[in-house]
Amino acid sequence: MAQAGSIPIAETGVARVPSARGRLHSVMRRRSMVGFVMALPLIALIAGLVVYPAVYAIYLSLLDKSMTRFVGWHNFVFLLNRATFQMVVFQSVLFAVSAVVAKAFIGFVLAHLMHAIPSRRQRFYRGLLLIPWVIPLALSTLGWWWLFDPTYSAFNWLLNRLGLPSVSWLGEPGWARFCMILVNTWWGEPFFMIMYLAALKSVPEQLFEAAAIDGATGLQKLRYVTLPMMRNVISLTVLFSLIVTFANFDIVRILTNGGPLNTTHIFATYAFQVGIQSGNIPLGAAVSLFMLPVLAIAAVFVLRGVTRRSQEAM
Amino acid sequence: MTAVAATAAAHPGRRRHASVARQRRWALYGSYAALGVFVVMFLVPPFYMLVTSLKSSGEISAQHGSPWLVHHPTLENFIYLVTYAPFRRYFLNTVWVTVCVVAVSMVISVLAAFALARIRFWGSSALATGVFLTYLIPESLLFIPLFQILGGLGLVNSTWCLVLIYPTLAVPFCTWIMIGYFSSIPKELDEAALIDGASWLQLLLRIFIPVAMPGIIAATIFAFTVSWGDFLYPLAYLYTSDQMVLNVGIIGDLVRGDVFEWGKIMAAALMAAAPPVVIYVFLMDYYVAGLTAGATKG
Repeated sequence: MAQAGSIPIAETGVARVPSARGRLHSVMRRRSMVGFVMALPLIALIAGLVVYPAVYAIYLSLLDKSMTRFVGWHNFVFLLNRATFQMVVFQSVLFAVSAVVAKAFIGFVLAHLMHAIPSRRQRFYRGLLLIPWVIPLALSTLGWWWLFDPTYSAFNWLLNRLGLPSVSWLGEPGWARFCMILVNTWWGEPFFMIMYLAALKSVPEQLFEAAAIDGATGLQKLRYVTLPMMRNVISLTVLFSLIVTFANFDIVRILTNGGPLNTTHIFATYAFQVGIQSGNIPLGAAVSLFMLPVLAIAAVFVLRGVTRRSQEAM
Repeated sequence: MTAVAATAAAHPGRRRHASVARQRRWALYGSYAALGVFVVMFLVPPFYMLVTSLKSSGEISAQHGSPWLVHHPTLENFIYLVTYAPFRRYFLNTVWVTVCVVAVSMVISVLAAFALARIRFWGSSALATGVFLTYLIPESLLFIPLFQILGGLGLVNSTWCLVLIYPTLAVPFCTWIMIGYFSSIPKELDEAALIDGASWLQLLLRIFIPVAMPGIIAATIFAFTVSWGDFLYPLAYLYTSDQMVLNVGIIGDLVRGDVFEWGKIMAAALMAAAPPVVIYVFLMDYYVAGLTAGATKG
């Protein structure tokens, strides 16, 4: 019976092997085709609405205002020689660098404060501290705009209560720049806090204990344990944020729209004003293309950092 | 270590131990206090928006007493908006655009992430890198050529143009998150399913999507946030009020010349911000997962 039973099994086994192998073979052969078809919508989307517009932007920027004549680098040279555009470059760099530095610093402090309290309480504070990031930026900026309102400013009311004079928040270039950086810091800081907190939690506690036994002060622990362990996350977060902040549009557009006297324009808002509002599409395309070198360099470093992180993780 | 110190010199050791504990406790109180201060500072704008939205126009312009308090709370701003046809139009337009964008983006990115994480084909790893780079391209770089392209397609001043271009903002990041989640699923699972005769599509629908549900939720939230909150594209491409979405509609409609109806503007902003905030309240953990996924791979 055992013999009788074993023979059919062996037979079907022998009979099945080629068919199973054949099916696997055909699956493997079709495999790359199936994968390509599944990725096709993504490829079409990126090619049609990202790569093509990017190339088209370069083409547009080489035309004259009526888009009929090829003028080469003329738009770029014209912009570089213009005082307003020089101000835009200066303002964009100032805005991005100071906002990112402020966000990185406050985020670092907040992450440390969060790390110091028991984890069951962290949820509550994290929930509240993330709110600026959750409200759509264009809407919360409306709230800030109202806080900075020249006649009704609630900040000025507080200042007057403290015996200080009112401030023309958005009316003076210096204060207007400060306000923009403040709003951007307020909005973007939760991202830093979350990233740093995740990084802090992954630093092994033994390292701190070892440092404590060696007699390290708090500052030394920060310098020789925390910062080296978090270096990768810090650089990644800063580069990420630099890209987003550099290309920001909403805050400046709503708060000042470039005013007073074009002193607070950054690339995105200036490109909007020149390209869409004044209808000089080629010049607007040229303005936004000036962002490309900075973005490309930052993107390369982000990519390197992300790849390195994933290799460490493996 | 404490035991050694205690036996060597019982009293000073214990005292030092006690003082360390006291220091720790004060450090903890200090952390709570500092966090409290930060929370208060961070919540000033939303709080002030809420306060203003509960005031009548008369109370705002009278400027009596503290602007930070409501003396005669009223819901008239909210009632006005709910019954104001253009505002309802903006809301419906936003919902419609968002639903379409989330659906389209999720289909595209789940299919692509599955292909890139599991099936692989010629050039798939280069494509994965390309997807990540696309995520880093800001909208302010491409809105001018897109304006020309959409003009050529006859889609300017139509919510359809947002349905077409918002996926470019959402898909790269969603694909990226999903690649990470899909890669973490054990290979044995799909080998077993394939030997059993499952097709790739069955594998995706029956195994990968259910297993990677947290990733799907995080990606969906991201796609929702992007299409609900974007400001530049609708500002550039929409100009009549029947096509507008909330973010631009509020500014365009309630700021009439020099007259700022601040109570109504703030009420409208709060109502427009409510859906993302409500989702955040219920799905905070997925939200945070999406936030950190941007800088991680696999």
